[in-house]
Amino acid sequence: MLENDKLVIGGHTFDSRFILGSGKYSMKLIDAAVKDAGAQIITLAVRRANTKDQENILDYIPKNVTLLPNTSGARDAEEAVRIARLARELGCGDFVKVEIMRDSKYLLPDNQETIKATQILAKEGFVVLPYMFPDLNAARDMVNAGAAAVMPLASPIGSNKGLATKDFIQILVDEIDLPIIVDAGIGRPSQACEAMEMGAAAIMANTALATAGDLPLMAKAFKQAIEAGRYAYLSGLGRVLTRGASASDPLTGFLH
Amino acid sequence: MENQFFIDSEYLSKEALEKKHRLETDPSSRKDHMEYLPDMEVIDSDVMEKVMTAMEEYDYSKYTAVDVRRALQHETCSIEDFKALLSPAAEPFLEMMAQKARRETSKHFGNTVYLFTPLYIANYCENYCVYCGFNCYNHIHRMKLTREQIEHEMKVIADSGMEEILILTGESKSQSDVNYIGEAVKLARKYFRMVGLEVYPMNTKDYAYLHACGADYVTVFQETYDTVKYETLHLMGHKRVWPYRFNAQERALRGGMRGVAFSALLGLSDFRKDALATALHVYYLQRKYPQAEMSLSCPRLRPIINNDKINPLDVGEKQLCQIICAYRLFLPFAGITVSSRESAQFRNGIVKIAATKVSAGVSTGIGDHESKYTGKDDGVTKGDEQFEIEDGRSFCKMYEDMSEEGLQPVLNDYIYV
Repeated sequence: MLENDKLVIGGHTFDSRFILGSGKYSMKLIDAAVKDAGAQIITLAVRRANTKDQENILDYIPKNVTLLPNTSGARDAEEAVRIARLARELGCGDFVKVEIMRDSKYLLPDNQETIKATQILAKEGFVVLPYMFPDLNAARDMVNAGAAAVMPLASPIGSNKGLATKDFIQILVDEIDLPIIVDAGIGRPSQACEAMEMGAAAIMANTALATAGDLPLMAKAFKQAIEAGRYAYLSGLGRVLTRGASASDPLTGFLH
Repeated sequence: MENQFFIDSEYLSKEALEKKHRLETDPSSRKDHMEYLPDMEVIDSDVMEKVMTAMEEYDYSKYTAVDVRRALQHETCSIEDFKALLSPAAEPFLEMMAQKARRETSKHFGNTVYLFTPLYIANYCENYCVYCGFNCYNHIHRMKLTREQIEHEMKVIADSGMEEILILTGESKSQSDVNYIGEAVKLARKYFRMVGLEVYPMNTKDYAYLHACGADYVTVFQETYDTVKYETLHLMGHKRVWPYRFNAQERALRGGMRGVAFSALLGLSDFRKDALATALHVYYLQRKYPQAEMSLSCPRLRPIINNDKINPLDVGEKQLCQIICAYRLFLPFAGITVSSRESAQFRNGIVKIAATKVSAGVSTGIGDHESKYTGKDDGVTKGDEQFEIEDGRSFCKMYEDMSEEGLQPVLNDYIYV
C-alpha cells in the first residue's frame, strides 16, 4: 500500500484494507490467512467463542491483529447491545460490528434496529461498524448515531455473487463521509477489486476464502486485488464510455 | 414388507395385556387421534393445511429425469423442484445432487460442523408408540434422575468439552412435569452455552417458562405426517393427538424460543411424502416466523430393547442421502442433524455434503454417562435405552475425525440473550 494512504476507523489507523472473517474455516488456517491477506483486522463471532479447554478461536488470532467482534445472533438492538458488552468483557476491545438479523433465511440486516444499537454503543465508547443494507437514508442515520464506518452488503451473505447492490454502494461512497467497507457477498478477488475501484475504503470477506481450495493463496489473491483496486481509485480511473466511441474531431470544434 | 412391532411382555398383567391387544387389534378401542384433549392449547394457524394439501397432492411417480435436470439447473429450488429431487427419478442423479448440495452447504456454513450431545434424564412414558423402546408396555428398567444425578451427568459431559446439550425425557407429564424439566434446564445453563429440549409437546406458556429457565431450542419429531398411518402406530396417550404435535414448533416460537427442529422418523410410512411434508413444515413456518432458526433431523427406524428386528425398510443409505441432499437444496439455510443412529462411515461422508450437525458421546439410556465416558461404575442400576445407536464415537474421537475430514468442529454458535 502507498505510504500515506491509511484506512482510519474511529481514530485508529490501518495500512491494510482487507478485513478477514474467521468463522467458516479451520482455526489452524487463521494465522496463515492473516499473514497472506496482510490483514490487520479480523472479525470474530462472540457466540462462537468457546468457554472450555477445547480449541478457542481467540488463541489462534495473532496478537497484533485488531479484533472486530460481531453481534451475530442478535435479533434486535437490545440483544446486539448485550452481545457487544459481553465482547468487551471478554477482552475483545472496543471495536464492534453490529449485525442484527430478523431473518434466518437470507440473513439480511435490519437497518432500523442497527441504527438504534449503533447509537447506544457509540455513546458507550465503542467503535461501531454497522453491517447494513445499502440505503442512503439509513446510512446517514448511522453516521448521526455515531458509526465509525458503515458496512453495506454487496449481495446476500455467503452467496459469492459480488456487487449486486453496486449502484447503491456507489451512492454511499459518494455521499457518506465515513469509510465504506463492503461486506458480504464478495466471492472473487475481481469483485473486491471492482468495489475498491469504486472508492470503497475496505473489503470484508469470509466465505470466499473459506470455500477456496487453497485458503492462504486465495487470501493473497484478495490482498493483491484490493490493492490494485485501491491504486486504480487513487489514480483516477480513465473515463469509461458507456455508448459509442469518442469522436477525435469534436462536433463543437467549429466554435472558437 | 412391514415391521412387526407388537411384542408382548411376560411381566404384564392379564388386564394390561388384554388392553394392549385390544388397542392393537380393534381401532374402535382407540381415541380419535385428530381430536385435542381438554388441556391442549389450540392455536390459529394455516401452516398445517398448506403442508397437508401439498403432501396429499404429491405424486412422485410423475416426475422424470427432465424435471430433475431442470431442478438441478435452477439457482433457487422451488417446491416443484424439491418434489422432483425427492422422486425416484432423481436417484440416478445422486452424485450431481451431492455436488450441488455441497456448494450450498459451504456457502451458508463454510467448512464447519457443529457437535452436541443428548442427555436423557427420564424414560418414563405414558404413550404406547409401537416402535419406541420407551413405550409404556415395553418391559425396560425405568428411571428418572434426581436433581443431583442430573447435575452429575452434566458435569461429566461438560468435562468432556461439550458446550451444547439436548435434554430429553420420555413423554410422561406426571413423572417429568414442566417444573422438573425447568430445573434440569437451569442446571444445564451452568454447564453449557446452548440448551435444547426434546420433550413432549406443551402449551405456549410452558415453552415460555422453559425459555425463561434457559432453553432456546425445541425439537419435536412428528414421526409421520401420514395421519392414517400415525393412528396405527401411536395407539395410546397424549402423543396420539397428531395435530397438537404438529403445532408444537409454532407454540414453542410463540413462547420465545430462538429455534425449532423438525423430523419425520423415516421408515414408518412413505418416506418421500414424509420428507416433503417435513421440509414444507419448515418452509411455511419460516415464512411466518422469519427470525426463527430452523433445523431438520433425518432419523431412520432402529432396533429397540425387546425387538431387534425393527428396521427402516425401504429407506437405505442411498435414499437417506437423496433426502438430505434434497433438503439442503430446498432449504439451504437450515441446519441438518444426522444422529448416532447412522454409521460412522455415513456420517463422515454426509457432513461433507449437507449435514451441519452431529451428536457425539451419545447414550440414549438414563444416568449412564459416567460409566460410558470414564468406565467408572457406581453400581446403581441405569435406565434402559430408547433405541440402539450405531455410531458410538466419543466427543474427542468425533472432534478428531471431523478435523481429519477437513472440517472445523464448532461447539457453540449461540448466545442466550
